[in-house]
Amino acid sequence: MEQTENLSVQTTKVQNPRLRMLKTMLERLWQNKLAVFGGVVTFLLIFTALFATWLAPHDPTEQNYSAVLQAPSSEYWFGTDNLGRDIFSRVIYGAQVSLQAGLISVGIALIIGVPIGLISGYYRGFIDEYIIMRMTDAMLSIPALVLALALAAVLGAGLTNAMIAIGLVLTPNFVRLIRGEVLAHREKEYVEAGKASGISDFSIILKHILPNTIAPIMVQATLAIAAAIIVEASLSYLGLGTQPPNPSWGSMLATGQGYLDSAPWIALFPGALIFITVISINLFGDGIRDMLDPKMK
Amino acid sequence: MATPQMEQSTENLLEIKGLKKYFELGGGLFKQKQQVKAVDDLTFNVKKGETLGIVGESGCGKSTMGRALLQLQKPTSGEVYYEGQDIAQLNGKQLRKLRKDIQIIFQDPFASLNPRMTVGAMLTEIVATHEIVPKKERQSYVQNLLEEVGLKAEAYWKYPHEFSGGQRQRVSIARALAVQPKLIICDEAVSALDVSVQAQVLNLLQKLKRKHQLTYIFISHDLSVVKHISDRVGVMYLGKMVELADEDSIYENPAHPYTQALFSAIPDITEDHKERIQLKGDVPSPLNVPTGCRFHTRCPLATEYCKQAEPALEEVKEHHLAACHYAE
Amino acid sequence: MKSTSEENQLQVHGLEVGFKNKKKYTQILNGVSFNVNKGETLCIVGESGCGKSLTSLSIMGLLPESGEVRSGEIRFEGQELTNRSMKEMSKIRGNEISMIFQEPMTSLNPVHTVGKQIIEAIRIHRNVSKKEATERVVEMFELVGIPSPRERVHNYPHEMSGGMRQRVMIAMALACDPKLLIADEPTTALDVTIQAQILDLLNELKGDLDMSIVMITHDLGVVSEMADQVLVMYAGEVIEYTDSKSLFENPKHPYTQGLIASIPKLQGKTEELPVIKGAVPNPDEMPSGCRFSTRCAFAKQECFDQSPQEEGTEAHPVRCWMYSAEWQQMTPLKGGESNGYTTDGAVDREPIRN
Repeated sequence: MEQTENLSVQTTKVQNPRLRMLKTMLERLWQNKLAVFGGVVTFLLIFTALFATWLAPHDPTEQNYSAVLQAPSSEYWFGTDNLGRDIFSRVIYGAQVSLQAGLISVGIALIIGVPIGLISGYYRGFIDEYIIMRMTDAMLSIPALVLALALAAVLGAGLTNAMIAIGLVLTPNFVRLIRGEVLAHREKEYVEAGKASGISDFSIILKHILPNTIAPIMVQATLAIAAAIIVEASLSYLGLGTQPPNPSWGSMLATGQGYLDSAPWIALFPGALIFITVISINLFGDGIRDMLDPKMK
Repeated sequence: MATPQMEQSTENLLEIKGLKKYFELGGGLFKQKQQVKAVDDLTFNVKKGETLGIVGESGCGKSTMGRALLQLQKPTSGEVYYEGQDIAQLNGKQLRKLRKDIQIIFQDPFASLNPRMTVGAMLTEIVATHEIVPKKERQSYVQNLLEEVGLKAEAYWKYPHEFSGGQRQRVSIARALAVQPKLIICDEAVSALDVSVQAQVLNLLQKLKRKHQLTYIFISHDLSVVKHISDRVGVMYLGKMVELADEDSIYENPAHPYTQALFSAIPDITEDHKERIQLKGDVPSPLNVPTGCRFHTRCPLATEYCKQAEPALEEVKEHHLAACHYAE
Repeated sequence: MKSTSEENQLQVHGLEVGFKNKKKYTQILNGVSFNVNKGETLCIVGESGCGKSLTSLSIMGLLPESGEVRSGEIRFEGQELTNRSMKEMSKIRGNEISMIFQEPMTSLNPVHTVGKQIIEAIRIHRNVSKKEATERVVEMFELVGIPSPRERVHNYPHEMSGGMRQRVMIAMALACDPKLLIADEPTTALDVTIQAQILDLLNELKGDLDMSIVMITHDLGVVSEMADQVLVMYAGEVIEYTDSKSLFENPKHPYTQGLIASIPKLQGKTEELPVIKGAVPNPDEMPSGCRFSTRCAFAKQECFDQSPQEEGTEAHPVRCWMYSAEWQQMTPLKGGESNGYTTDGAVDREPIRN
């Protein structure tokens, strides 16, 4: 009797299983209000960056010496800086640079770091132990900013090169993390069972191990985006990132530093946006991680 | 269980000769490397259609043996002939092909299934790898398989955590069966299950064996389970086989003192407090294997001679091998 | 349930325990009652999820945060324990009531020597000097059969084998002369030959130290070695309660019968094992009648709707309709269908968990 009962329940539920899976995943995400909030804010930020030209009330590079260091007003919502540029417009344009810097450099780090970490952790051996691991150790032992600075200096100034430099600096973190995860998972019985079933190493790595390392990668990636935005800011400050007069949140923050007493709004708004961006990407990342975990309800 | 004799042939499906698996431990700049002799010189055959039970306590090397047979861990030395072909000599590609014939079921029904894959995806992948059935028929093939092991076809769409322990072990069995193997190594396959569920799974294993003419190597620490399911039983101690005989013969007349002690240690509900052969102390560390007979440190019958000479696994009577100087 | 003229060490009556999570309350233990007499061993046996471990944690006052004793009494030497504060309980724990767990490695702190850990435990409850405490530890180690006890005191947990660690745990549990020892699957993680040693040790110590033991186990073999009285639990209820001999010679509840039948025996040959079909129901989806009804071979129509009361004799109560006066009048299942623990292939009746 129990059996028939169950069958009827099951059949009504399982009509289009793939759809059902997607539906439960989205439901899971929707239930996580913080993640939804993070997602909405992240989406808004990307939207702002994409449509900066239409959204910004002023030209972000236009200098207006009659309106220098003005406090926020109805004309200049976020006030003006030392050259009389509209901070609201600069923040909007800055979103382009900062989000690019965050997403693309982390993308670079993932593209390089994930395969190296997976292969290195799965096959172990001499190259893993003595070359890849020692190299990551060496890179991690140098402060991120110093390393990025050196790389950016070699590659030359400019946003693209800055992103490549930041991406490379972030890579060893991912290699280490993923290698560690792979080491833990390769000993698990389900991997052994896969091998025993004759599944190729390639499939085991890609289909079995990688999905099980998504959670820590997700967390690390959202944190890295935040770090990348800040490192880009520092590089810009030192003249190796975005070139003036183009705005980035980082360079604006750097300018504002000198006026913290007299005109705190110059640093406040880009600073607040970096903070909001990092938090929302983090919340959204957590939500995605939970969404992908079949064990979460 | 004893399958009727006629089902068993004398043909050997698997011949193991001098199988050894040593692990290197530690080692470094100032430390000497240590050697763990997990499996030390095993020689035995597995007959087509039989269930060979392997029993022993933790650390005796029974699980390592199972993995070494499958080349999941490369044996240090020794030969494993499967239908006349030495498995240890195969390259990666040939080995993957052979894995269609020999399968393994692990103990832990929680760790042995990928938590991120539905049961269907997991099984279909294996079926696809070995091209068991055409692409169109894969799903129905897998669903039939799930029904055969006592699950509902809907299990295809479920994730491992949606099942109970017993059901997961059924999924593991289905996964092993998916490639239509000839030999299945059951490594503590029922040890993590509750008694009533354990009985269900044991019955299922026997049913499948009859239906698909399977051969089992059934590794377990539980003597009564091994006795129940096996035709022949091998007892391992510290990496060695100390006794190997037909199930009834080893139970009626255990020749090795270790086997005797092992049997007497099982709490049995059908007997009132029976006399026990109490073994002294613990199993010695495999890092530091005793000289001579490995069992002499705990053996109630040990003599000076046992400390020096290692006994060989020899026939004490027909089809009954034991490694003891004093076994009669 | 039963009362004897002997003095009771522990009385548990109508214990109801459950878990609260957010708004939902899930009851796990449903009116568990038993007595443990002085110097007696009671075994609580059942499969995973039957509530046997929760029972012992309730006695110890070690329920997890979300756990809650809804009602019932736990009396230790006549004193009620359920209303004690954490502080009062910690005075009793490890002193008058001790506990040993399944996995000795996780119950010992890996960064301290075993000696130090036991000395600390002793000095919490007894006002003795370090030296006296050390002497006590050596004495205890000798008692539980640890070779060269004076040296072993300085060992770290990882330097010992599983069997030795369990002996250390027993030594720690016994160091303050407890009157009641609760052993939760103490030999499950051990090999058979080591298990035999530990069981013999516990039986020996029980006689020497005059304490009562409550032993939680899933292994009927262990029950037959240890128990004076046996409590069989199923899905949070006591379904049978009697002495060890009657239980094995004359099991009354269909679940107990099935459980005993489904163990592979060392004697004789069985082609196929008799099985109990299906699995233990989830706490959220308990059958409304007898909790075993969905798996029972003898279930009649009423079994599915009405919970049975305690039936049988004073000395051997059993929670089953079969032993009630009404059984003869009850309606058999239509078409003679039963859930029988027959030998035919195991059809899976477990509900898929969502």
